[in-house]
Amino acid sequence: MSETIHTLDARGLNCPLPILRTKKAISALASGEILEVTATDPGSVKDLDSFCSQTGHEMLSSEQIDDGFFFKIRKA
Amino acid sequence: MSSTLPVVDNPTADLNNWFDQRFDEKMAAREAAHVPSMTIISTKGTLDMAYPPFILASTAAALGWDVSIFFTFYGLNLLKRDLDLKVSPLGNPAMPMKLPEGPAWIKGKDIPMPTSVMTLIPGFEKMATGMMMKTMDNKGIARIDQLREMCIEADVKLVACQMTVDLFDYAKEEFIPEIEEWVGAASFLPRALKADVNLFV
Repeated sequence: MSETIHTLDARGLNCPLPILRTKKAISALASGEILEVTATDPGSVKDLDSFCSQTGHEMLSSEQIDDGFFFKIRKA
Repeated sequence: MSSTLPVVDNPTADLNNWFDQRFDEKMAAREAAHVPSMTIISTKGTLDMAYPPFILASTAAALGWDVSIFFTFYGLNLLKRDLDLKVSPLGNPAMPMKLPEGPAWIKGKDIPMPTSVMTLIPGFEKMATGMMMKTMDNKGIARIDQLREMCIEADVKLVACQMTVDLFDYAKEEFIPEIEEWVGAASFLPRALKADVNLFV
């Protein structure tokens, strides 16, 4: 199955903007599509986890990269 | 004939088990269908105190919660069309005073003067406000007008206190049109009663 990948650059943004931008970006997606988020806010690691568990989206991966953090989220 | 009837060892225990299981299922279904809700009472109109209600409200809305903010007293300033919010070092002894520009060793240092003394310098409040806004901008923190806009977009209900408008002789034209309603305490409390989270800022 080919998956459409969408990206969101939330680098340089601070709480709560990465969450708000993620929410906005994910709203535009179809169920099952994947959103890749890059962020620099260290708080976004736990906050995006919490966002996913509250909203039912699936956090496929959450990792530290050279210039911040990289997340893969599948829309519920 | 020697057919045996199904043996019910302990009807009471079976019934109890069945009930417990059904009850858990029903409760889980109810919990899954429940939309969390939050009400915030916002009473302060300074730049620093404008952040908590708008950050919490916009984030909760992003999590799918139903959110209302009741703006009363100085909090009503956060609903003005023209936001001109200031932060005062006066009565704010824990407020760090740091320069937004310059080398890292300067930016990290507090200005070594009590905030109560700084406040005596003419124009200091304006400077402190400018410094804080600059620092926030450097750190990628949203401006209040942006956060407020996001709250409106996310359907956060903005409720304004009628008594405060009368008290301070404000004109309703000074405020943003997105205000859901102008009410008093008796109209807001029933909403707070049903909310899962109630905050006073």
